[in-house]
Amino acid sequence: MSAYLKIDHIDKSFERGGVVTDVLCDVTLTIDQGEFVSIIGHSGCGKSTLLNLIAGLTRVSAGAILLEGREVNDPGPERAVVFQNHSLLPWLSVYDNVNLAVSKVFAGRKSRAERHDWVMHNLDLVQMAHARDKRPAEISGGMKQRVGLARALSMEPKILLLDEPFGALDALTRAHLQDAVMDIHARLGNTMIMITHDVDEAVLLSDRIVMMTNGPAAHIGEILDVPIPRPRDRIALASDRSYLKCRQAVLKFLYERHRFVEAAE
Amino acid sequence: MTATARKAPIEAAAQPAPSGKVVPLGRAPVSRIDLGRIAANLARNVIPPLVVLAVLLAIWQVSCSGAGAPLPPPTQIWADSSDLIAQPFFNNGPQDIGLAWRVLISLERVSIGFGLAAVVGVAIGALIGQSIWAMRGLDPIFQILRTVPPLAWLPLSLAAFQDSNPSAIFVIFITSIWPVIINTAVGVRNIPEDYRNVARVLRLNQLEFFLRIMPSWNSSCASCCRRRRPTSSPACASAWDCRGWPSWRRKC
Ligand SMILES: Nc1ncnc2c1ncn2[C@@H]1O[C@H](COP(=O)(O)OP(=O)(O)OP(=O)(O)O)[C@@H](O)[C@H]1O
Ligand SMILES: [Mg+2]
Repeated sequence: MSAYLKIDHIDKSFERGGVVTDVLCDVTLTIDQGEFVSIIGHSGCGKSTLLNLIAGLTRVSAGAILLEGREVNDPGPERAVVFQNHSLLPWLSVYDNVNLAVSKVFAGRKSRAERHDWVMHNLDLVQMAHARDKRPAEISGGMKQRVGLARALSMEPKILLLDEPFGALDALTRAHLQDAVMDIHARLGNTMIMITHDVDEAVLLSDRIVMMTNGPAAHIGEILDVPIPRPRDRIALASDRSYLKCRQAVLKFLYERHRFVEAAE
Repeated sequence: MTATARKAPIEAAAQPAPSGKVVPLGRAPVSRIDLGRIAANLARNVIPPLVVLAVLLAIWQVSCSGAGAPLPPPTQIWADSSDLIAQPFFNNGPQDIGLAWRVLISLERVSIGFGLAAVVGVAIGALIGQSIWAMRGLDPIFQILRTVPPLAWLPLSLAAFQDSNPSAIFVIFITSIWPVIINTAVGVRNIPEDYRNVARVLRLNQLEFFLRIMPSWNSSCASCCRRRRPTSSPACASAWDCRGWPSWRRKC
């Protein structure tokens, strides 16, 4: 059986002025359809680089990434990205930001009315329909991130890629959005890959947690299965045995075995 | 839960349930004409230049009314040429026309020259901003041509066109195009990487990119000029908008 997404022995190095920096080295990972995978690792280890490779925004130096058996070479709406800093276009309203994606992706496939309904449906999913005529500057950070999520979801992606989507938010808003993402994942069954720095977030949301070693030439240090049944409830989990075990395993990996060493830079 | 988060479901619930009907997304309704506000606005914009003009005229008058003054004072000028100023619309044959006709002719040339410069300049600027090759090839040439003063273009232009009207338009065009090109190119080059990535994920083509993403330089430019742009302002609006602004104004 071939995997849904297959990251096959990829290397990634950047070259500038003859100096080659190896960022990723021999990364192999397979992800099943509908799976929620988190990538965690210290800052600068190459998490964003890996996500950009999957998104097709940058090219692999060696190896290959296969989505449903087809090689990923360039970006496309079937691998939608939720960017760390929302990346909404500030001169468009919330509605128009989502509509930009919808009208491009569904041009010719949906009528005008259907496209409108689809935009509103996705705004409803993230509970942002009430702010549809606001500009990004007029809504809070958490709301912007939700609109970014709605825009990505509206492309009906095969894989949703989230690059530290809630990194810039306060803890309360973040919890709120984590619940929203969990809810959407449960309802739509999307395949999702999320980068995070937050151990609790990773354990709460993921089916599997990919832990990366420190760079340069980072690779996957360990993959942890999170055997907690869904739906998950953050309050009940706080004292759940397997939750605490997973949490401890990730913390151990990050702070004992792969401490962030400045000298490695 | 934050206050906004708590409010969200309530607001959503307060809105009528969406029916199947499609609601066209109209622009926000234009507020009704408010004479008081227009008058106040007018006063704010008109009074300062009038005051400054009066002060300058007064200085001129005072400094040039002595016996051996090199220039005539404003009162003298008014006395000598008031009939020309008061009757700007006479037309006595091809070379003897009123001031207003002359101004209109100049305005026509300026608008043609400017308009052409805006269209061509935005197109070239967008190209230079997008393509590193175009920039390397065109930039050195433009940097040299840019420094040629308008007066130096005039004889060249006259020699080439053999006629005053097209050569005047050409001079206006050639001297106003460089700021448009440079502003556009800088703006396009400064489009944040994130917006480019959004465009790439959506697979926007060049035209869609130009219309949808390039306004980013607009919004940065427009905010500097302290002006609000309409919702999806086309890219060229900003070059128009900012072309005339001297750089000190743009840097505010
Ligand atoms: N375009 C590039 N050219 C050269 N080096 C790069 C480039 N992009 C990233 N790198 C290098 O790759 C390494 C990994 O970068 P990356 O952004 O993937 O880290 P990260 O794990 O996402 O970090 P963070 O958690 O802080 O976002 C860094 O050391 C960085 O210097
Ligand atoms: Mg990163």
